[in-house]
Amino acid sequence: MKLDPTTLLHKAPPADGAATRPYLTLAGISKRFGQQQVLSQLDLTIGKGEFVCLLGPSGCGKTTLLRQIAGLDVPDSGQIVMDGRDITLLPPAQRDYGIVFQSYALFPNLTVADNIAYGLGGARRDKQRRVAELLALIGLDEIAGKYPAQLSGGQQQRVALARALATSPSLLLLDEPLSALDARVREHLRREIRSLQQKLGITTIMVTHDQEEALTMADRVVVMNGGRIEQCATPFTLYREPATRFVASFVGQGNWLAARSRSALHATLGDVSLLLPAPHGTPPGSALTLFVRPEDLVLHPRWPATPDAVLADITKLELLGPIYRVSLHVPAWGAANVVADITHAQLAQLDISLQQRVPVSLNAARLRVFAGEEKQHD
Amino acid sequence: MTSLSTPRRLAASRDETQAGALLWLLLALLVLAVLLPLAAILGQAMLAADGSFAGLAPLRDTLAQPGLARAAGGSLQVALATTALVLPLAYGYAAALTRVALPGRGLFRLLALLPLLAPSLLPGISLVYLFGHQGLLKSWFADGSIYGFAGIVLGEAFYTFPHALMILLTALAVGDARLYEAARTLGAGPLRRFATITLPATRYGLVSAAMVVFTLVVTDFGVAKVIGGQYPVLAVEAYKQVIGQQNFPRGAVIGLLLLLPALLSFAVDRWLQRRQGTQVSARAQPLQPLRQPLVRLLALLYCSAVGGALLVLLGTAIAAAFIQQWPYQLGFTLQHFDFDLVDGGGWLAFANSLKLALYTALAGTVLVFLGAWGSSKLRTAGTAGQLLHALAMLPMAVPGLVLGLGYIFFFNHAANPLHGLYGTLAILVLCSVAHFYTTAHMTARTALAQLDGDFEPVAASLKVPLWRTLWRVTLPTCLPAVLDIARYFFVSAMTTVSAVIFLYTPDTVLAAVAVLNMDDAGDTAAAAAMATLIVASSGAACLLFALLSHWLLARSQRWRHPL
Repeated sequence: MKLDPTTLLHKAPPADGAATRPYLTLAGISKRFGQQQVLSQLDLTIGKGEFVCLLGPSGCGKTTLLRQIAGLDVPDSGQIVMDGRDITLLPPAQRDYGIVFQSYALFPNLTVADNIAYGLGGARRDKQRRVAELLALIGLDEIAGKYPAQLSGGQQQRVALARALATSPSLLLLDEPLSALDARVREHLRREIRSLQQKLGITTIMVTHDQEEALTMADRVVVMNGGRIEQCATPFTLYREPATRFVASFVGQGNWLAARSRSALHATLGDVSLLLPAPHGTPPGSALTLFVRPEDLVLHPRWPATPDAVLADITKLELLGPIYRVSLHVPAWGAANVVADITHAQLAQLDISLQQRVPVSLNAARLRVFAGEEKQHD
Repeated sequence: MTSLSTPRRLAASRDETQAGALLWLLLALLVLAVLLPLAAILGQAMLAADGSFAGLAPLRDTLAQPGLARAAGGSLQVALATTALVLPLAYGYAAALTRVALPGRGLFRLLALLPLLAPSLLPGISLVYLFGHQGLLKSWFADGSIYGFAGIVLGEAFYTFPHALMILLTALAVGDARLYEAARTLGAGPLRRFATITLPATRYGLVSAAMVVFTLVVTDFGVAKVIGGQYPVLAVEAYKQVIGQQNFPRGAVIGLLLLLPALLSFAVDRWLQRRQGTQVSARAQPLQPLRQPLVRLLALLYCSAVGGALLVLLGTAIAAAFIQQWPYQLGFTLQHFDFDLVDGGGWLAFANSLKLALYTALAGTVLVFLGAWGSSKLRTAGTAGQLLHALAMLPMAVPGLVLGLGYIFFFNHAANPLHGLYGTLAILVLCSVAHFYTTAHMTARTALAQLDGDFEPVAASLKVPLWRTLWRVTLPTCLPAVLDIARYFFVSAMTTVSAVIFLYTPDTVLAAVAVLNMDDAGDTAAAAAMATLIVASSGAACLLFALLSHWLLARSQRWRHPL
């Protein structure tokens, strides 16, 4: 059961995280393995206390980037500055971070308490107190004496998190920390990690390939592809205003419509003329591609007053749980096939069935306009 | 500003620098203990009898000797015959153990591995007692025909059987039940299923076992020395050249010849391992052992026959050690253990062997584990790690006899500053560790490879030094493998004779060497008694390690058993 991503977004776009004091600065990071350029000229600034997600398909370089930050690898060129200190060439032990790996890497022969205390020095009593604090923090007071193999996946994950936080590092690195868990546990832990992060105010970088995870947890999402940053923005901006074709198609669902520019603010989509939300900057007559989210297509119960409504054939109706996804064929939009998302209430109002025609219009203010014909990045 | 062309490196923390230095040190030790002695053999093989450099001439001369060609032919024949005998026997035994619901499976497995506890001289002694001039069953081999080809092949079969069995057990242990079900539904009979599924799936194991048996036979000289009579083989020839005639260059040339089958088998084995890769998919269904009463009965009879034969060969020497005068006075006695009446070193040899085995187990385990850990887990291992891993594979391809020869040439050289080591127990320990390094290294690497590779990065992020993680996490999680390595070193050092035969002095004489010398002097009963002591102490060590392992696992490895 997948939630409508818009409902998960923060209501208003929060202030750009980088606007706060920069804590970690990556400048011109490049890395090559043999013939393959894994990272090319990456720049990224992360603010103090910010939660940043590195999101992208496998092989996009997100884990490699995390490894450079963790000092498990060294970039071929570029500089990493953390809290005013150049750490580019420092070994892991001389940086200041806690890390949770996908495998958790809990020490199997040590109890939960010993795992959490592993990085702690000082007197035995202080260590015990700190371990108790952390166990309370992750809500697992009772399992201190157990071994990792006796814990559930979610418990192991939280123990790994507590171990990473035990030494009070100023940076938390999470490498796909939730990908080994069931969907339900994962959803629960998302919220838990996020609230823990906010409570501690710890700067956090998380690698994930799960867009829902990135959108729900992060202050800012860095979408990566082919070793480059495609867009770095708040979840809201990312979803509403994808900067590139790749981001538009990688994050959420969408319809791609072939159009032609008429003037700086107008485009022709099939037989329809549209007012675009912003100037697209291509000469009149050139090809454009319009991107519109399924929820920004509007199905009307009766013919609307808007001038740009057209008739569409309903070809398929899919129940996705909270919403319905309607597949449409729109002859007036250059015979485009599109999908629209509607709620149960809207469907009841529409009273539609298959093979029926309905008036459809699109929310032109939400259109994203890309120059050229091809739908997708590459 | 860093230029783009210079490869950048992370700075090493203090513990990483220390570990890196340790790795280079271990590498240097391995070069000293393996590589330089081998190089010394090569050098020695190019010297004339008077010690002057003669290039390839000594090699040509030695190869042209008719005696050498005969010995090479003899070695080839016994090795081929033994391989042909052992392979089907061990394959059947392994199949019965892995594929049939065999009653007493654990017992049969143990029985077949017993020969590992004995020096290769022991089956020779047993064969003498059974089929020799005064043997109980001498009519089976008329006119002493056991002394020679037949005796060597039988003795080597005993000695190599467990080695072949272990490889075949591994090969036969995995299998995919779905393949057999599919074949059955397609109407394939048992023979067709064997020929089309079982045999192809185990062909790498078969080749590997064949190479191991062949190499062991060519390089072993214990069996041939005791029961070989006048039958010429290379290993005995090398021994005679060096010990009997003090002809070192010729010994070196023969040593090089002995290296050939070992190198070949080593290369084939590496190649096979690379090809074997993913034979059984993760989704394979485990095999159900065969339960038909007839199959079980046949398997039981077969294993009893083969295992019984092994037991008879082992038991004869042990029995002979306690019998007054074989085969005339069969009363019980302990007089053969009174080694003061015979030459050979006696109880001193036994005590030395125990010491050697203990020190080898201690030093070997520590060195091997540190080396395997450093070369596989250390971020900064780099070149040293790769070189160490490569060099660790080499001893497998070097027969003990060759290694021992190399030690004479290298350490006994007047110009060597380590000359003082020669004739001490230390050099015997060094040689034994080097000799058995590969198997131990592989065991350690396998155990370490099973650990999560993220342990070290996590520990580093927590600013915990490498050493503490090694001590608190890596070592405890690898404890069963570590004990296995120690046991392997102990038993191997206790039973080996080939590498150390050139290196002992009257003060450092060893039990296995004493067996050889007593047998040589005609004191066969005393030799049997000493061999019995070796078997007993190897067996006791195995038992002790098993108990220790059991106790430690119960005490400190609670985490292995999730409740």
